[in-house]
Amino acid sequence: MDKKLLIGNGAVARGLYEGGCVFVSSYPGTPSTEITEMAAQYDEIYAEWAPNEKVAVESAIGASIAGGRAFAGMKHVGLNVAADPVFTASYSGVNGGLVIAVADDPGMHSSQNEQDSRNYAVASKIPMLEPSDSADCLEFTKKAFEISEKFDVPVYLRLSTRVAHSQSLVELSPRENAGLKEYAKNPQKYVMAPANAKVRRVAVEKRENALREYAETCELNRIEWNDKKIGIITSGVAYEYAREALGDRASYLKLGLVYPMPEKLIRSFAREVEKVYVVEELDDYIESFCRRCGVDVRGKELFSFIGEYTPNMIRKVILGTAPEIPAQADVPVRPPVLCPGCPHRAMFYVFGKMKLNVSGDIGCYTLGASAPLTAMDSTICMGASIGVLHGMNTLRPELAGKSVAVIGDSTFMHSGMTGLLNVVYNQSPSTIIILDNSITAMTGHQQNPATSYTLKMKPAPALDIEGVCRAIGVRRVRSVDPFDIEEVETAIKEELAADEPSVIVAKHPCALLKYVEKKPPLTVDSEKCRNCGMCGKLGCPAIVRTDSGVSIDHTLCAGCGLCAEVCKFGAISREEN
Amino acid sequence: MYNIMIVGVGGQGSLLASRVLGAVCISRGYDVKVSEVHGMSQRGGSVVTYVRAGEDVASPMVPEGECDMLISFEALEAYRYLYCLRKGGSVIVSTQEIMPMPVITGAAKYPENIIDKLKSADVNCLAMDAVSLAESAGTAKASNVVLLGAASAMMDVDVEVWYEAIKNNVPEKFVDENLRAFELGRAAAQQKN
Ligand SMILES: Cc1ncc(C[n+]2csc(CCOP(=O)(O)OP(=O)(O)O)c2C)c(N)n1
Repeated sequence: MDKKLLIGNGAVARGLYEGGCVFVSSYPGTPSTEITEMAAQYDEIYAEWAPNEKVAVESAIGASIAGGRAFAGMKHVGLNVAADPVFTASYSGVNGGLVIAVADDPGMHSSQNEQDSRNYAVASKIPMLEPSDSADCLEFTKKAFEISEKFDVPVYLRLSTRVAHSQSLVELSPRENAGLKEYAKNPQKYVMAPANAKVRRVAVEKRENALREYAETCELNRIEWNDKKIGIITSGVAYEYAREALGDRASYLKLGLVYPMPEKLIRSFAREVEKVYVVEELDDYIESFCRRCGVDVRGKELFSFIGEYTPNMIRKVILGTAPEIPAQADVPVRPPVLCPGCPHRAMFYVFGKMKLNVSGDIGCYTLGASAPLTAMDSTICMGASIGVLHGMNTLRPELAGKSVAVIGDSTFMHSGMTGLLNVVYNQSPSTIIILDNSITAMTGHQQNPATSYTLKMKPAPALDIEGVCRAIGVRRVRSVDPFDIEEVETAIKEELAADEPSVIVAKHPCALLKYVEKKPPLTVDSEKCRNCGMCGKLGCPAIVRTDSGVSIDHTLCAGCGLCAEVCKFGAISREEN
Repeated sequence: MYNIMIVGVGGQGSLLASRVLGAVCISRGYDVKVSEVHGMSQRGGSVVTYVRAGEDVASPMVPEGECDMLISFEALEAYRYLYCLRKGGSVIVSTQEIMPMPVITGAAKYPENIIDKLKSADVNCLAMDAVSLAESAGTAKASNVVLLGAASAMMDVDVEVWYEAIKNNVPEKFVDENLRAFELGRAAAQQKN
């Protein structure tokens, strides 16, 4: 048997391949991104980046109706964006199997909130599988297609950061036969207008009952009997933590199907063990189900709702013992920063200099909120910058002349365009700055509709961002190069002064793109340097300032020259050799 | 169970190092788990990657105090995670210093004499100028592989297995310089031992 080390996301991609999936449409988002990137490496699978999660799911629904096994992947907050089609696809059901992966991020390694996607399964009446390691990821993905087709329902695959991004061993098998199922018009099933939806609504409840029954015997739920003093009900990576912490001192009910829950199985497990603990990160999802069934369990009164668990934490709570951990040295934190050479830095430097109110958005540029740039005043979710600015400007017109929205290229296309349309339609004098670095950078450089390439690196028409803004009705649209900070400042001043909506597109490719040439590093002339701290305001990791003066770390410097631009004493220059 | 942690600053190449180490461990027939970091902290933040090998690995992360070998691409990061090492464990550290933003802004101080502190701890410390060694191999970027070379000198694995793992995980045009970097790190560690 062919064994391989794969990250969970790679194993899901392999599961898509082996499971005969023919269509993948996703929007990137940590920790889900690599599923789609790795699925795209199989020639047999059509795979694309959609502009957002809603479009991705809708496209996958279409592919499923067409008769193919289809998939959409996203991070937890992506499911908020896609929720609308998902909730009704629960009614219309599928033709080819439809699987939706949603990756939660306990601990918020790369996210703006810590929502627990299992709640979506209940709300949308869609079954949810939850793997614990890469082998599970591969097997569960294939199983999800089977369940989807057998019960005529989309199926969620719930991952978390540690499952998605941990490598473990998987066994590879060949691809299943992946033809298209027959397609026949069926408006009663696929046109979800009230008359049809009412009929499907009844079918949904029937299906729920069938799935509840299936859950009782489904092989994805598994009991491991060991010592019966302690019984653990768990799922996902928490199962691995519990196993590490307690070994055979506890028996385990590992739930692979987390919605619907197997009531009888839980009861019979609980009867056999002396004390039952539920070990689950985030919400008390399994626990409250158990309580509703009258099963006496211990859970969140002992464990946190917040963040990730560890084996030591579980050991301490359940066994009352934990190894003594030496204290961590008291050292400075190292938060993420804008890279050396990042074009966003110049923009945030100017925002700070002009003391603007900045309605922010999500992407690498959110790092403009951290010290020393600290030039962002709100960040809610993708696309929100424009709506938030519009709302503020409408109620506080006196602030409009000092306020901007700032949004990345991918984020603008994801969900900024409708916000801009609202600004134009309802005429707030808002100034929107689009940071076009020619890539979706934060999530690791994905192509998008403005980059000229598809996920499979086929040439594609590039969206004309300025053209779209004009078409939406913005009359004042201009573009600037962020590294020309004088021009940037002038443009912002003029557009803020204008009493109508305006857009500034700041265009400069991400410094990490391979085709961007690195220029020679810069050097500080210690004779001229007065150690005034001006260059320190840029928050460039390559600029090192000590009591004795400033120096530039040549291994880090990307040669962008921004520091030379802001130095008032001409002390920084490029080393030409 | 053998527990390794690879720590450094986002963008220093911990992903490649963890994949090479993972490949080495599986070719020895172990169960292996490797916990990678993608996303936000890769933008210059503190990054921790775990590699675990044994009969049956449950958690993908190394519990604090159970780490056998800490490989650090940067001095401060080695010091930050020193507490995860078991007594008598090994730390292999690049002497490179990268200032974190709170130090650059003056809100915090970069600790002094980190290498001395590591050496006086209850662990085996091997410190090397991995960046210079990597530069002499052809690219400063290969300092991650220099440190793997040093690690290989402390692990009982046939060197051919390492070569294979590097070849399989590095783009073809960079294989030669990475193999050179590996050899330099290995030789440096053997000399010091
Ligand atoms: C609904 C939703 N989907 C996905 C993400 C993950 N995500 C965060 S920022 C981002 C894209 C950023 O790209 P862009 O706007 O081009 O800015 P850049 O990072 O390139 O500066 C993505 C996909 C998210 N936070 N929310």
